[in-house]
Amino acid sequence: MNHWILAPVLLPAMIAALIVMFARHEVERQRVISILGTLALCAISVWLLMLAASGAIEVYEVGNWPAPFGIVLVLDRLSALMVLLTALLAIAVLLYAIGSGWDARGKHFHALFQFLLMGVCGAFLTGDVFNLFVFFEVLLIASYGLMIHGGGKQRLRAGVQYVAYNLLGSTLFLFALGAIYAVSGTLNMADLAQRAAEMPADEAAILRVGAVLLLLVFAVKAALLPLHFWLPATYSLTPAPVAALFAIMTKIGAYAILRVYTLVFGPDLSVMDGLVGDLLMPAALLTLIIGMVGILGSTELGRLAAFSAIGSMGTLLIAIAMFTPEATVAALYYMVHSTLATAALFLVVDLMTEHRPGAKGKIIPSPFHRYGGLTAALFFVSSIALAGMPPLSGFVGKLMIMDAARDSDLVWWIWAAILITSLIAVVGFARAGSSVFWKSAQEAAVEVPAHDDARQSESLALTATIDIIGAQVVVTELAGPIAGYLNATAGQLYAPAQYIGAVLRLEQG
Amino acid sequence: MTLFLIVLLPFVGALVPALTIRAGRDVCAAATGLISVTALGLLLAQAPAVMQGEVVHARLDWLPWLGLNANFFLDGLGLLFAGLILGIGVLIILYARFYLSKTDSMAHFYTYLLLFQGAMVGIVLSDNILMLLIFWELTSLSSFLLIGYWRHLPEGRQGARMALAVTGMGGLAMIGGMLILGDIAGSYDISVILENRDAIQASPLYVPALLLILLGCFTKSAQFPFHFWLPHAMAAPTPVSAYLHSATMVKAGLFLMARLWPVLSGTEIWFYLVATTGLVTMVVAALIALFKDDLKGLLAFSTVSHLGFITMLLGFGTPIAAVVAVFHIINHATFKCALFMPAGIIDHEAHTRDIKRLGGLRRLMPVTFVIAAIASLSMAGVPLLNGFISKEMMLEEASHTVWLGSDLFVPVLAPVGALFSVAYSFRYIGHVFFGPVRTDYPAKPHDPGFGMWIAPAFLVTLVVLIGVASDAMVGDLVATTSRAVIGSSELPYYSLKIWHGVTPALFMSIIAIVGGLVLLSAHRPLERLWRAISVFEAKAVFDAVVESIAAVGRRLTDGLHDGSMSRYAGVFFVTVLAAGGLAYFGGAVGAPTRDPLPIAVVPAIGWLLLVICTGCMIAYHRNRFLALVLMGVIGVIVSIGFAYLSAPDLALTQLSVEVVTIILLLLALNFLPRETPRESSQGKRLRDAAIGVVGGLGVGGLVYLMLMSDFAQPTISAFHLENSKTGGGGTNVVNVILVDFRSFDTFGEIIVLGIAALVIYAVTETVLRGETGRRLARWMPPEPGAGDRHPLMMVVATRVMMPIAIMVGVFIFLRGHNEPGGGFIAGLIVAIALVMQYMASGFAWAEARQRFPYHRMIAAGVLIAALTGIGAMIAGRPFLTSAFGYFQIPPMEEFELATAMAFDVGVFLTVVGAVMLSLESLSRIARHAGETVNLEPMDVMPEETETPEKETQ
Repeated sequence: MNHWILAPVLLPAMIAALIVMFARHEVERQRVISILGTLALCAISVWLLMLAASGAIEVYEVGNWPAPFGIVLVLDRLSALMVLLTALLAIAVLLYAIGSGWDARGKHFHALFQFLLMGVCGAFLTGDVFNLFVFFEVLLIASYGLMIHGGGKQRLRAGVQYVAYNLLGSTLFLFALGAIYAVSGTLNMADLAQRAAEMPADEAAILRVGAVLLLLVFAVKAALLPLHFWLPATYSLTPAPVAALFAIMTKIGAYAILRVYTLVFGPDLSVMDGLVGDLLMPAALLTLIIGMVGILGSTELGRLAAFSAIGSMGTLLIAIAMFTPEATVAALYYMVHSTLATAALFLVVDLMTEHRPGAKGKIIPSPFHRYGGLTAALFFVSSIALAGMPPLSGFVGKLMIMDAARDSDLVWWIWAAILITSLIAVVGFARAGSSVFWKSAQEAAVEVPAHDDARQSESLALTATIDIIGAQVVVTELAGPIAGYLNATAGQLYAPAQYIGAVLRLEQG
Repeated sequence: MTLFLIVLLPFVGALVPALTIRAGRDVCAAATGLISVTALGLLLAQAPAVMQGEVVHARLDWLPWLGLNANFFLDGLGLLFAGLILGIGVLIILYARFYLSKTDSMAHFYTYLLLFQGAMVGIVLSDNILMLLIFWELTSLSSFLLIGYWRHLPEGRQGARMALAVTGMGGLAMIGGMLILGDIAGSYDISVILENRDAIQASPLYVPALLLILLGCFTKSAQFPFHFWLPHAMAAPTPVSAYLHSATMVKAGLFLMARLWPVLSGTEIWFYLVATTGLVTMVVAALIALFKDDLKGLLAFSTVSHLGFITMLLGFGTPIAAVVAVFHIINHATFKCALFMPAGIIDHEAHTRDIKRLGGLRRLMPVTFVIAAIASLSMAGVPLLNGFISKEMMLEEASHTVWLGSDLFVPVLAPVGALFSVAYSFRYIGHVFFGPVRTDYPAKPHDPGFGMWIAPAFLVTLVVLIGVASDAMVGDLVATTSRAVIGSSELPYYSLKIWHGVTPALFMSIIAIVGGLVLLSAHRPLERLWRAISVFEAKAVFDAVVESIAAVGRRLTDGLHDGSMSRYAGVFFVTVLAAGGLAYFGGAVGAPTRDPLPIAVVPAIGWLLLVICTGCMIAYHRNRFLALVLMGVIGVIVSIGFAYLSAPDLALTQLSVEVVTIILLLLALNFLPRETPRESSQGKRLRDAAIGVVGGLGVGGLVYLMLMSDFAQPTISAFHLENSKTGGGGTNVVNVILVDFRSFDTFGEIIVLGIAALVIYAVTETVLRGETGRRLARWMPPEPGAGDRHPLMMVVATRVMMPIAIMVGVFIFLRGHNEPGGGFIAGLIVAIALVMQYMASGFAWAEARQRFPYHRMIAAGVLIAALTGIGAMIAGRPFLTSAFGYFQIPPMEEFELATAMAFDVGVFLTVVGAVMLSLESLSRIARHAGETVNLEPMDVMPEETETPEKETQ
């Protein structure tokens, strides 16, 4: 039993507790502990990825109780990838938060940040549906705290909506679990997979309801239309580094859909009759459209970024909804891209807001006080990434998705939606960028002496932003090897027997 | 390997301008030029082999999973285009050095230019259509930066956006086309695709693929009706226009049509689509060009017209037409670039490009005049210049082309296009350079320095040389390129000679030149007529379309996402019900396997109370205190229900949770309005009620189904019951599940609780610092307080209760493993005992009497729980593995110690800390709102007679 599998959950939890315990009043000390913890998390997740890359599925039985009676954490290629992605994003976001001084604008930023990491990693690693619920709660409450970090009337109001809407989701989660448990009598995913496959057809209705309700819960997290309503206000009003970290939060919904609806209620499961994909695909197409149209329709930078996050999720969910190994490879690649691209855009938008105090985050011409040129370049690159234009990973991901869509019945719809919305996004970003950067150049530049600096070390924030963009370049360049890993990942997902066997300790063969 | 270098050099070199600009503008330009020259040199080094008919390949696997690989190849076509791109690129860099003014950022300009150059070279050398797509879109993006280079000009910005939108659209369509094409051919490699002509043309997907690819080509090459972006791109600095419109950007569409010519051409649809589009574009654009007063506008439309010319030739689908197309590509690149540069010079020197404000420049700018005149004459197709030969050959091809059964359509329209072409070419010369010298130029024009005219001069030299000795100059190049386009080593017979004999083409040429001159002489009246009839402005239409889409987008996004929580929730419920219903009605339900319990009196009363309270809640929910009371009642009934249904642990937990929440909510409500305002209209409330009723029935139905049937499969709880005592060391299964079987869940949940408290604290801190804090400070209680906030009786009673309550807490904690109880309940009980002290004597008084900060209590709880788990890891077991043993200390009875108890201590501490921290936060709000801080435990101290001292904080 490899204890390191637990580390991505335990380490942030303990780091957070230590921060509350010993560094409650000193921001500097919090920062040091937080960075060290996150760096350690990065190192551990790299090691876990290497472990998972061998193809073995590692199971960790918490409390030494065998599945399905206790809780298991499961490390496979997918969970290792997601944990690594989380850790890498976290370190960049953390540096930005420190560099921009966002972390000092309220209390307990670092503790909540670490607790959020714990929730996210836990959600990726757990092999138990109820435990997944627990981690959803952890990350919901921690993200709520982070979201309203720094306060402000609008933000608090949006925060209430965020938490209220997501509590609706949590309640639904319990209904779904209740329904599933009522017929299957288990909560362990692997066990559930076996039982769902053996479920007599005349008992299937409740299981089906449970499965679909669960899908809706994940859809709320993934901001799938029409359950996305919490997102625009939340993301646009959230402190930038938190919004950037939230890029991974919507992916949890996508991850959960991928995990549960390949492992437990797989595409071939007779009682589900392909219902999941049929529900998901049209909704995903709509999500993409609304998101990208929202980019064009936004009058504020925050909302622009929020809608591009929605659009990006739409693309991702289209790929997931196909439920084929090829499409899943594409989906996973796009997921990595989407996480980085969304996060980068939120940070860039923050730079655009902070250095253009006259505009208050609106898409209007207003002179930059500092970093106008650099911010423009960063915005250009981030827009390209999110609109899915070359040469960044978004384009490659989109090509992969379109390529994989060939076998779908809805191939023309998918292609049309992706291509047309790309154009809308391009036009939207071009309008926004032209207004913010080019038109502003027309206005008389106001030279403002260094403004009252709450933002402590600007270069750190800029470096963090550039790092995330740089990561996308790496993801693009290494597309070949990454696709190789993801291909193997999809292989694991669509041959769940290995997973089930590992968790339930079935004899192979 | 060299091919990679050629493609990479401009991209890597794009960093150079920024690095060298500090050394001065000359160094910057020279360094930039050196990059293009180097790339060109590398290319030319490959030329001899290519001219021999070799094809140079370079392959690098990038994403083989998709078939997206960095494969490049260099054949005749690639060589021609790459040569044009790099060669003219060098001239443009030279020209731009002198064109850009001191206020223009040269580093930016050259960076964009090199990026663009790299993208163009990438297109023409790609051996992989996906790779080609990447470069294709890159040209759209980099040209966006180039066109919008003068960002202070609104025309520049709009032109850039329009170019990006139109060419971006085409590029996106092409993605679809290329994916289809690759699918049919079984590979994305161009060299493979080119060998699959039959398969591609036989495929039912040939037409959609062709349409999508052509959409990309037509938009890029500004073919009618997508031509409108190109003239607006003229807002760019002239070097950009010269580069984009002579040799690069707009030629990309032609290049692709030529590249895929062997597999796509030769069908009817190809002929009618491509040839017709080309012909129409050629004629329409030439006509428009004639009436453009902006010098660059004229050239822009002339470019469009000539692109149509070449497109038409490619569309004919015959090898000989393809050869002519290739030849004209070379000719057009040379004379068009040589025309743009003088236009820029005139703009630069005279400060205007308006033909109506120019004239007579022949004497003032003789060098410019000579250059522009030669290039114009070539464009007009006057003999001895290169434009003449290719035009002759085109007319020859057109003269025997049958279109929809008519053998007159093309032969008539093609010379008409040529005629217009002659007219506007002569207009460039006549109206700008001839005529009297004026006195009202915006600036006094004179010839520019050597640096600015050398590049166009070089180009017109080529124009003349090719015109006079075309075979010697470009014969081999045309042949090699044509072989690559046609896809066969067999070339049709053709001659690049000036004199082709007395052919129909000769007559057409003569008609065109004479007619063009006649037309120009009648320019003034014709122009009035043109102004009168042309009302259609493509830009206005485009802007209107984009604006309306943006407006729809705005309405859609703002309208849908208006922040109305009730609507969001409504959509949520409807979605859940619909999806749930869909799932339910698609499956079968087994017959109920259980009988309903008989209705007994006690549950019936509880049920009735629940129903009444819920009903009252609906009726009175606006009264917040009343709502809280009703919630309390419901909570108690639920607790009793748990107890009644033999779940004492749940009952205890529920009850204590109820108490704590109600207390905290009461404290919070104190500062909130007593009534919830009405925000929904009657109609909305009805709608919400309907949704609510359906939702309730849905949930009720689901629960009914679950209760009425047994598990379809054996549940895991049997294992828990069996192993609780033997494996977990406790007889209370609920507690063993909490602290052992599923202690990891509990670990998560106490963290949730802890986080919640931290969040409450953090929000309070933040809120009190802001506007809300100031409002609170002005807050007045809506009604006077009781006047006896800390009554003697209550203080005494709570003091007595305290040790008892704590004792109960400890008891509940200890028995937890075997009997109903446990750390969670114990924590709540102790917290309630503490809360009572705070209520009795005020928070500040009570807080001063206990030193342990609640934050730390929460953290300690989490840490203890975690460390308990880690203890097991040190012992070589998984996290949170429990151990227990039985001990006896005489004279006591044997008792049990389990590590789970340590875990439970963590739970206990977190719960107490979380509750108390929340209370503290609320009390901070209270103090902020002006609540006094009492130094004494109660208002009236029994041993004192005077009023206790109070002080406000």
